[in-house]
Amino acid sequence: MQLTLWTYEGPPHVGAMRIATAMKGLHYVLHAPQGDTYADLLFTMIERRAARPPVTYTTFQARDLGGDTAELFKTACADAYARFQPQAIIVGASCTAELIQDDPGGLAKALALPIPVIPLELPSYQKKENWGASETFYQIVRTLCTPRKPETEFNPRSCNILGPTALGFRHRDDLAEITRLLERMGITVNVIAPFNATPDDIRRLGDAAFNVVLYPETAETAGRWLERNCKQPMTTVVPIGVTATREFIREVARLAGVDAAPVLDDSTARLPWYSRSVDSTYLTGKRVFIFGDATHAMAAARIAKEELGFDVVGLGSYSREFARPLRALAEELGIEALITDDYLEVEAKVAELQPELVLGTQMERHIAKKLGIPCAVISAPVHVQDFPARYSPQMGFEGANVIFDSWVHPLMMGLEEHLIHMFRNDFEFNDKAAPSHLGHGAAKPHSRAQESGPGGWTPDAERELQKVPFFVRGKARRNTERFAAERGLSLITVETLYDAKAHYSR
Amino acid sequence: MNLPFRPANPAATNGCSDVPVLRERGQREVFCGLTGIVWLHRKIQDAFFLVVGSRTCAHLIQSAAGVMIFAEPRFATAIIDERDLAGLSEIDAELDRVVNRLLERRPDIKMLFLVGSCPSEVIKLDLKRAAARLSQLHSPRVRVLNYSGSGIETTFTQGEDACLAALVPFSPLPASGAVPPLLVAGALSDVVEDQFRRIFADMGIASVAFLPARQANDLPAIGPGTRYLLAQPFLNDTARALEERGAQHIPAPFPLGAEGTTQWFKAAADTIGITDAKFRAATDAGHIRARLALEPHRQMLTGKRIFFFPDSQLEVPLARFVSQELGMDPIEAGTPYLQRQHLAQEIGQLPAGCRLSEGQDVEKQLDRCRAANPDLVVCGLGLANPLEAEGFTTKWSIELVFTPIQGYDQAGDLARLFSRPLDRQIRLGV
Ligand code: SF4
Repeated sequence: MQLTLWTYEGPPHVGAMRIATAMKGLHYVLHAPQGDTYADLLFTMIERRAARPPVTYTTFQARDLGGDTAELFKTACADAYARFQPQAIIVGASCTAELIQDDPGGLAKALALPIPVIPLELPSYQKKENWGASETFYQIVRTLCTPRKPETEFNPRSCNILGPTALGFRHRDDLAEITRLLERMGITVNVIAPFNATPDDIRRLGDAAFNVVLYPETAETAGRWLERNCKQPMTTVVPIGVTATREFIREVARLAGVDAAPVLDDSTARLPWYSRSVDSTYLTGKRVFIFGDATHAMAAARIAKEELGFDVVGLGSYSREFARPLRALAEELGIEALITDDYLEVEAKVAELQPELVLGTQMERHIAKKLGIPCAVISAPVHVQDFPARYSPQMGFEGANVIFDSWVHPLMMGLEEHLIHMFRNDFEFNDKAAPSHLGHGAAKPHSRAQESGPGGWTPDAERELQKVPFFVRGKARRNTERFAAERGLSLITVETLYDAKAHYSR
Repeated sequence: MNLPFRPANPAATNGCSDVPVLRERGQREVFCGLTGIVWLHRKIQDAFFLVVGSRTCAHLIQSAAGVMIFAEPRFATAIIDERDLAGLSEIDAELDRVVNRLLERRPDIKMLFLVGSCPSEVIKLDLKRAAARLSQLHSPRVRVLNYSGSGIETTFTQGEDACLAALVPFSPLPASGAVPPLLVAGALSDVVEDQFRRIFADMGIASVAFLPARQANDLPAIGPGTRYLLAQPFLNDTARALEERGAQHIPAPFPLGAEGTTQWFKAAADTIGITDAKFRAATDAGHIRARLALEPHRQMLTGKRIFFFPDSQLEVPLARFVSQELGMDPIEAGTPYLQRQHLAQEIGQLPAGCRLSEGQDVEKQLDRCRAANPDLVVCGLGLANPLEAEGFTTKWSIELVFTPIQGYDQAGDLARLFSRPLDRQIRLGV
């Protein structure tokens, strides 16, 4: 039993819904009680989709339990086929139906529908949303895709794009960006899946020369199956960030046998120059905490370190399935990875590390707001704000531009930071003020109780500490207290404060 | 089983109280009772709601809570995992551990609800026993209660019903000889509660209690001699629990709009023996204010046809309100459950030709809605945007639950919830 305030991922059948809703001509018959229909609103309200998800719920009730819930499932399945006329059906159980063990797969098969019926086994008490999406996509691919016959000709410069789903973090725009990039490289996109793909499209996956796996969380398993069964190699680099985009281009060029050079130096890639521009000097060494799904968190860590010159002080993810590469990256950065889906643990970590910027999910945005730390959102779970009207990919060179803007935006601009440091007693322009470009609505840093708490500070030292900018004040306090404790000083004076400052700046 | 629907007798003049009800059993598109936690945890300020359920349950509340509430919530989920199911862990001990961790974090909590879910019901987890055990463990600091919000037993607002019904047995008995306060059952927003208190006081009824109270332990005394009004139409089990205590129901319509509110107060006044003069002195001004507030909306909405999908059980009183007070034409009032007894006075005031439907078969209902082509559709969040995309104008029903709509001074706000989507339709040029 796990105490959960907020969850990073929904149950696995919501992952299956993300696949079904992304596709066309596919229907999902889900054995589930009525309350589970809430999941529809994720798609119609958060993503603002104009159509209902293609899902039929059996909505069995307590009074059905003694009777025939299996019959209810069969009726729902037959009705759904008759009404929606899909090319294929996926069937499965939600957490409650899993307990009553009706075997939706077997029941649906018994109906002998003239279309493929794909049973899903998604253990709800063990697995979560991304796993469910991945497993569903994999089952659809392995059931429907017919491997290309070895002797048939194929275009070596063709690929599939795998991974984008409904309710994905910026999937719509990433897809547009990467499709355009591939086209500029002279590569034909055979099928995009699951996004807008039909079951018939899935059958044709084998016609491409290789696969571009955009989101390993949802498509790596299917990609591996295609690698084995269709002899299609797949990409391993996720093109988020300038460096990663260039690596991705080289990898794709190698797989397709084309020249990478023409697209490598794209004049619309503004991040490198913006980052070198002298006004960005103030970004140097900013302490960032990163948390998200593994793909986005790892990409963010690389960008933060190499493309913006930040210090990554914390890195974590709720994607247990990808814990290994994330741990390895954290080790490279000299920090310990935080692999957890416990929101309370993440909150405690952020409070402990006192970063200057949090790059996280909507949950970390909440944490950061509470602690008065600037924050940018880099990953699902999604919020209606993560579906902006304007084009805002994360991938490719344009994605890097978007990332530069959205990460730098919450921060105080360089000169503003200095002025605040110099004139901290100005009644309008002081360190309680939000960055000026964020207006009045921006989060005000919390006056934290522990900042004026005991700990042996003389009033003078306490006053001096208040002159340290708020975004490093917590750190200054901790360092000074540690310095004092190590030296057995019972009282912290102004001298102790500056001694500690000198000590830690070495 | 679907009963064949017979159209209303056009000769009927007494509204549609004798109209047959279309009963449907198919796919429902309604939340489960866990959703009630979203407003109950704000209403009862020192209570905490711990759902014992699955990741789905946690995800539901999180998603229903206005996508996410950015305040420390007073609810959480104890997610059952495979170790619990396989009997590898002692489930009672696990629950104790989770509750301990929770109470450590929240020393301000005085009452804890263990809320049952479909999974906890199906595996027959005895939360009543667990609540009794935990209550002993944490007494006197925290009282632990339980109720079920499971989707196999409750829809949406029935979660509140189950919660209030669970509270009733813990209320004190009135001191012997004392007249217990007039009781108003059903969560209302604080502002509405305060207004109602003032009106009752003006009528000469000073002793009024609300269920639930804002503080968990301020439970009103309930016993024989208690007269109670229902402020919400979905309180079947709560009413039963109150009756078991000896309390007597004051039948009334629900306090929506000028008419509904006046009739609701009047029912109380008559029962308690308040003179007509006193009643009018207390309510006339509010009644007039409400009618004034309704007028601009009435002009916009008169003659417009409206279709209600089942959601909160407020549909029948709302259909009465929009037809009687705004001149709208309700085509269908769908409700997940039709409590005929509590709704008797509402049904009696519905116009002939308004179809009542109970339960749901969502695809068939969508077909009926499309065929009827109403001017406004009131429906859940899963249906609203898809219907908008088909060219319908919609109002999300959940807003009718999350907004203060009861009483005279909210009548205009309630009307605005219906007129706004149409107003928007007129304004938009894209
Ligand atoms: S319907 Fe049942 S399983 Fe689904 S969220 Fe509600 S209580 Fe949980």
